[in-house]
Amino acid sequence: MDLDTIIQVLDSTIRLSTPLLLACLAGLFSERAGIFDIGLEGKMLMSAFFSAAVAFTTGSVWLGLLAGVAASLVMSAIHGLASITFRGNQLISGVALNFLASGMTVLIAQDWFSQGGRTPSLIGAGRFSEITLPLAETFRPIPVFGPIYADLISGHSILVYVAFACVPLTWWVLFRTRFGLRLRAVGEAPEAVDTAGISVTGLRFAAVMICGVLCGIAGAYLATGLQAGFVREMTAGRGYIALAALIFAKWRPWYAMGACLLFGFLQAIALRYQNIDLGAFTVPVQFMDALPYILTVVILAGFVGKAIPPRAGGEPYVKER
Amino acid sequence: MTFFAKTLGTVAALALSAGAALADPALIYDLGGKFDKSFNEAAFNGAQRWAEETGGSYRDIELQSEAQREQALRRFAEAGFNPVVTTGFSMSSPIAAVAADYPDTKFVTIDGFVDPGEHPNVLSILFSEHEGSYLVGMMAAQASTSGTIGFVGGMDIPLIRKFACGYAQGAKAVNPDATVIANMTGTTPAAWNDPVKGSELAKAQISQGADVIFAAAGGTGLGVLQTAADEGILSVGVDSNQNYLHPGKVLTSMLKRVDVAVFESMTQGADLETGVKVLGLAQEGVGYALDDNNAALVSDDMKAAVDAAREQIIAGDLAVHDYTSDDSCPALNF
Repeated sequence: MDLDTIIQVLDSTIRLSTPLLLACLAGLFSERAGIFDIGLEGKMLMSAFFSAAVAFTTGSVWLGLLAGVAASLVMSAIHGLASITFRGNQLISGVALNFLASGMTVLIAQDWFSQGGRTPSLIGAGRFSEITLPLAETFRPIPVFGPIYADLISGHSILVYVAFACVPLTWWVLFRTRFGLRLRAVGEAPEAVDTAGISVTGLRFAAVMICGVLCGIAGAYLATGLQAGFVREMTAGRGYIALAALIFAKWRPWYAMGACLLFGFLQAIALRYQNIDLGAFTVPVQFMDALPYILTVVILAGFVGKAIPPRAGGEPYVKER
Repeated sequence: MTFFAKTLGTVAALALSAGAALADPALIYDLGGKFDKSFNEAAFNGAQRWAEETGGSYRDIELQSEAQREQALRRFAEAGFNPVVTTGFSMSSPIAAVAADYPDTKFVTIDGFVDPGEHPNVLSILFSEHEGSYLVGMMAAQASTSGTIGFVGGMDIPLIRKFACGYAQGAKAVNPDATVIANMTGTTPAAWNDPVKGSELAKAQISQGADVIFAAAGGTGLGVLQTAADEGILSVGVDSNQNYLHPGKVLTSMLKRVDVAVFESMTQGADLETGVKVLGLAQEGVGYALDDNNAALVSDDMKAAVDAAREQIIAGDLAVHDYTSDDSCPALNF
C-alpha cells in the first residue's frame, strides 16, 4: 500500500467520521446531563432534509444550515418536553422521534417538491464547497508532509473543521467551566445540583439544546456537504453508530473523536477493499461492517475497561417533596 | 383523549370508505420506494401510463419493512384487487406463501421467481439484466481512456452480481485488458438508500483510476452519479433512464423496462397469463438509453458496435454468461 492509497483511505475516513463525530458529541452533551438520546438519527435526518430544502429554495447553503439546526432544535425541544418536563421514558421518546423524522421528512419533501421524498439536486452556492487551506499548493512538493497537508488536511468542507474544533471545545466546556461541572453533576447526582439551588430542568434543557445544534450540523453536512440534496433515510443508521461510538468512548470527548475516527476508518476500509485477503484467510466485508458493533459489545461486556454511563442517566428527576 | 379518539375515528372511517372497486389492479413497491428514480419509479410510470390510457384506477403501497410484505399482499387480495403486481426479488417468497390462499387472484412478481407448477396463479417476470449490462459495459469500456471502469452495486444479492457480471463481460469484449472494479454498498436493505456511501465508493474507484462508473444501487446510485459528475468522470444509470439527472455527464442508462412489464400486466388485468416470462433484448425488456442528454457522449462507432452486439445476442450468436445460472462469473471476481 503506497502513500497515495493511505491518504485516500484516511481522506475518506475523515469524511465518514465527521457526521459520526458531530452526532457523538451531541449525544455526549445530552447523556452527560442524564438524558439518553436514541433520537440522534431522527434529528440528523430532520436537519438533513430542512437544510437541503432551504438551501435549494434560497440558494444559500448557510440559510440551509440554519434551517437544519432549527429543525433539529425543534426535535430536541420535543424530546426535552417529553423526557424532562413530563418525565416520560427517554428511550421511548427518542424512538418516537426517529419514526417521526423518518415519516415527516418524506411527507413534507413530497408535498414541497413532488420528487418522491427527495429534494432537487443542489447546485453552486446551495452546497458547502471544499475549502483549500492556505499554502496547500506550496507545501505539496515536500515529501510525505506535503501530500498529507494538501490532500488529507486541506480540501474538506468547512463543517469538517467545525466538527473537529468541537472536540477540544466540548472538553473545555465540560471539564473547565462552571457550566460543564454543573452539567456533569446533573447527570450524576441531580439532587445535589438541586440542593445547591441550581435548576436541574434548566441545565438539562440546555444540554438537550446543545445536542440539537450539533445534530443539526451533522445532518446539514450529510445533505449539503457530502451530498447535493436529501434522499429519504439518508442517515442510514449513522445516529446509532454514533451512539455506539459514545459508549465505546465511555462518554469522553477525546475518546469520542478516537472512536469516531476508528469507526469511520473501518467503514472506509470496508468500502475500499471489499474482502480483505490476508493470505491464510479472507476477511469478508460483512465482518468489517459489523466490527463497530462487535467492539461496542466487547466494551459493554467489560472485557476492555468498563463503560459506566452517567449515574442518573435515563432517570427523570423528581424533586422530593 | 377526545381529540385522540376523534382522530382514530376519522382514520377508521377513511379506511372503510377507501374499500376498493372490484378487480382494479394493485401495485406493491419494494423497499427502495416509489420515487427512487430507478427501478420502482419505472413500475410507477408503467402503472401511470396504464391509468392514463385506460382511465382505470389502481392502488399502490410503498413497503416500509420486511414484515409488511405478506400483510400487503393479503390486504390487496382480500380487498379484491386483481392482479396484484409486485416489484423486487424479495416478494417471491411472500407470494409463494399467500398465493394458494387466494386462488382467484393473480399475482405478478417482477424480478422474483415463484414455481409456476406449485402456484398456477403467479406470473414471474424476469429480465435478462446481464444482456443489457453487457451493452453498457461495452460502451463504458469504449468511453474509458484509462482502461479502468467501475461498478457500484446496492445490496449484495445475486441479481446485482448478474448486472456486474454482464457489465464486466461487455467491457472485456471491447478491451480484454480492461480492469473492472466492482464494489457492493452493503448487505442489508439500507444499502439501497445510502448515497453517502455511494459517493465514497465512487471516490475510491476514481482514485483507483476508474473513469466510467456504472451504478446499480437504487437511491445509493444517486450519490454515485453526483460524485461522478462533480469529479468530471462519466457514469452509467440503471433501470430508468437517468441521463437527465446530470446532462452530459451520464454516458447512458441500462434500461430495464419494468414499466412495460407493469403496463402489460395491468392491461391484461384479471385474465393475465401466468407462468414465467423472461424479457431480454429481443423483447425490448432491457436496453440502453440514448437521448439528447447523452447524444454527444455516444460516438457513432460506439453505437454501431453496441447495436451489432445487440443483434448477435438476439440472434443467439453471442452468449452472455448469466451469474445466477451457476453463481460464478468468468470475467469478474467478487
